[in-house]
Amino acid sequence: MERAAIIGVGWYGLRPTTPEVSFREMVFEAATRAYEDAGIDPRQDVDAFLSAQEDFWEGIAIADEFAPEPLGGVLRPTVTVAGDGLQALANAVMLVQTGFFDIVVVEAHGKPSDIASLGEIYEFALDPIHHRPVKPAHPLFMMAFDAQAYMMRTGADPSHLALVAAENRARGLRNPRASYAAKISVDEVLEAETIMDPLTRYDIAGYVDAAIVLVVARESVAKKLSDKPVFIDGIGYATETGTGTLEWHSWGRMPSMRVAAMTAYAQAGIGDPLSSTDFAEVEDRASHYQLIALEELGLAPEDQAHKLYERGEYELDGYYPVNPSGGSLAMGVALEATGLVRLLEAVLQLRGEAGGHQLDGVERAIVASWRGPPTTTSMVAVLSGPEMGF
Amino acid sequence: MRANLHVKDRVGIVGAGMTLFRRRFLETPRELAWEAVKQALDSAGLTLRDIDCVVIGTAPDAFDGIHMNGEYLADGAGGFGKPVDRIYIGGGTGVMVPISAWWHAASGHCNTVLAVAEEKMSHAMPHPQYVFAYIWDPILERPLGPNLIWIFAMEMRRYMHKCGAKKEDIALVSVKNKRNALDHPAAQAAANITVDDVLNSELLVWPVNRLDISPVSDGAVALIIAREKVARRITDSPVWIEGVGFTLDNTHWYNRELGYPRYVEYAARMAYRMAGIERPWKEIDVAEPYDPFDYKELHHIEGLQLAPRCQAWKLLKEGYFDRDGELPTSPSGGLLGVGNPIAAAGLMKVAELFWQLRYEAGKRQVKKPVHKGVAQAWGDLMQAGTVIVLGN
Amino acid sequence: MSGESGKPKTPLPGTYLKRDEYMKLPGLIKYKPVARYLFSAGQAQSRFLHGLKEGKILGVMCPSCGRVYVPPRAYCEYCHTPTSEWVELPGTGTIHTAVVSYIATDRSRLEEPEIVGVIRLDAPGYKEDQYEFAGLFHKICGVTPEQVMDGSAIGMRVKPRWKPAEERTGSVTDIECFEPVEG
Repeated sequence: MERAAIIGVGWYGLRPTTPEVSFREMVFEAATRAYEDAGIDPRQDVDAFLSAQEDFWEGIAIADEFAPEPLGGVLRPTVTVAGDGLQALANAVMLVQTGFFDIVVVEAHGKPSDIASLGEIYEFALDPIHHRPVKPAHPLFMMAFDAQAYMMRTGADPSHLALVAAENRARGLRNPRASYAAKISVDEVLEAETIMDPLTRYDIAGYVDAAIVLVVARESVAKKLSDKPVFIDGIGYATETGTGTLEWHSWGRMPSMRVAAMTAYAQAGIGDPLSSTDFAEVEDRASHYQLIALEELGLAPEDQAHKLYERGEYELDGYYPVNPSGGSLAMGVALEATGLVRLLEAVLQLRGEAGGHQLDGVERAIVASWRGPPTTTSMVAVLSGPEMGF
Repeated sequence: MRANLHVKDRVGIVGAGMTLFRRRFLETPRELAWEAVKQALDSAGLTLRDIDCVVIGTAPDAFDGIHMNGEYLADGAGGFGKPVDRIYIGGGTGVMVPISAWWHAASGHCNTVLAVAEEKMSHAMPHPQYVFAYIWDPILERPLGPNLIWIFAMEMRRYMHKCGAKKEDIALVSVKNKRNALDHPAAQAAANITVDDVLNSELLVWPVNRLDISPVSDGAVALIIAREKVARRITDSPVWIEGVGFTLDNTHWYNRELGYPRYVEYAARMAYRMAGIERPWKEIDVAEPYDPFDYKELHHIEGLQLAPRCQAWKLLKEGYFDRDGELPTSPSGGLLGVGNPIAAAGLMKVAELFWQLRYEAGKRQVKKPVHKGVAQAWGDLMQAGTVIVLGN
Repeated sequence: MSGESGKPKTPLPGTYLKRDEYMKLPGLIKYKPVARYLFSAGQAQSRFLHGLKEGKILGVMCPSCGRVYVPPRAYCEYCHTPTSEWVELPGTGTIHTAVVSYIATDRSRLEEPEIVGVIRLDAPGYKEDQYEFAGLFHKICGVTPEQVMDGSAIGMRVKPRWKPAEERTGSVTDIECFEPVEG
């Protein structure tokens, strides 16, 4: 079966606030850049448009009604996936692989600075019968449960989490898209204000406004249109359980990421991800999730991620670089655009266009994201760079 | 979209199930989803173990009262540990769900897909209509204090003006669909009524009276969709998905002619092209156009190219769209008769075609022989058209 | 639902409750979401709202196809190019469609019915066609429900009735309503 390839990327924002534009104008800016990058006319060349959004992030019921105009999708097949941008990308790949669609555009955006009650919106995502009446002090309390369970299982301690937080934020200093980059020590992370034990304010990623637009094409079309296509060798996603049944969640683990990874690896024909790929952009909306993700992705042996981390195996010049961009800890969480922000970074690396944080000679990458609490949905993609395609 | 002459694997519907449609249910949204899934699985003789992927459809999150509603419904819809997507296109969602399930299967990514649509509107207070206050543009429209029915009334008024239809001509749709629904076991608003009953019901926004509108409903529907080789193992008579189409028009509905739904036409042309249908008014045997309001069915029949523009109301008067007519529309009873749990109502229309094309619709079975059917839903601010063509 | 009779082999699931029964359910949870937003109007709508404050209806033109957009957008949705040239419209127009509302947003009955509709605005010298046009959704005053019902309201010439300058806030409600052009 023909693969799908990314032939254009565009982004706007990746800043904590963007009061100068509406969310639509933000998407238009990102779309214009993506179409320019791909060298296509959205009104002539695109067969379908997919957007990723959720009503309560937008403050609009049936938010998908605003999707077509800024993308150039008016009177064209346009549909919304209520999920992370990577789920929309997976749907784009499927559309291409039906054989009916040559070029599909994927869009995701988040404008958390427009939301005046973000904590309450998160609370509204909790199960109305079992969880909301408990009135948890922080709607993201599951993050701390996962951190505690992870530490108990593996023997990691808060300093390991702090190491991830400090390293990711420091890496972001070389990435112009990283608003939350900082030169910060492990001790400073540990001594900072505790938000939810054991997580301090530096262990948890901040929020940014961002719009990301991708142009996806069928392999043969991509090779004709682009001299730097990035191929999607595999893409998978899975949900562990519904948000109302967190009682069934395997705390301190992400089984959904394991299922998603298996799907993506099988499509890509990968047995051992460590030897078949060169680097990864993985979930880190809180520091411990990066360690959990490494294990679920098969990039670290069970219970060992924190030790390998300590030994420097995942540094930029280590055995297997992880999150060269600085991850969400440095770049922020852009709601449903988060997965595509990480994918954007991987695409730029594979094209050799990452700038200050470019890795040498990388040809294949893993991108793994998760929608964040209270959901249990993960997405994993395996990408290969332009030279791998010929 | 390109024409694909080399389709290796067709995609078929092999099972369907639904709950009752009612104004108010004890069951939670995820319990409703599960009940529909269970019915569908049983009808195909399958268990959850046989399902690869799940596509969920539900319209605004505010009805179920949960942010990220797809995540909440995931396990009720049978998505435990599976790839789960929630597809979303306003009222058009119900028909978009099987369209999305089609590409999940046609791409080869999933062998079997559960397509589930659920809506629980009744528990929104003080009235479910209030939820619709948030579909409007927050800056340009919401300050005017709009009610959802306004926009339909404006469209209906324009249709009447353009096509010379009167309120009593349009009310016939409501009479027909509510009568058809008498034979539907899930129906909430089935009734033998007259045009006068419609005209004398409570006046809400002229020209819209209470009985011009489908009711507020809770309910869920599920379909099981499979790739050809799998479908043939499950049943001798799968119903094939032969064409799909979807289109979104611009958000600015008040910058457009409201008398004709060009977005439905575009979506229909896409689906017909894929299905190889050139003269839909001749080749389609049974149709389930979306009918949340009675005029909408006429509007959509014209958009679907099943009647010339402005002629649908005249043909309706002649009985052309009756269950024993030339081209039966909404033989299920539609949203006006069976009920309108938004996303689930659209999927109910696809389920009806499934039963019609398998000759399993019992008393609802249309009189003429059926080979091809079309179902359609509309959504957003007079924007979305979703169309699916099925064949047996 | 399958089977020759078309009737379910078992009754369809779902437990219907009357409103009273529902409201008396043990442990019924009442929950009001706190959802507050600070919407950025963006570049195009902000300028439009400033114009309303000054008593002007502004549109913006697409340099590529010549359409004039009211309400303005920063981009042309048909050409996907940025819009550029701002123009002031006379404000007059015709009623495209109008209805008489007897209910409010929350479906409670209104004491006095309200007339709302779509106004097709005059945009002299710019591209328009039968299907697409510059226009606004707004309230209509000075027109009777009978005129809406008999169809004489459709096509009627109207102009905006502005709030006094000192009461305008840069909102779409700076226009009180559209009213018939005299004479």
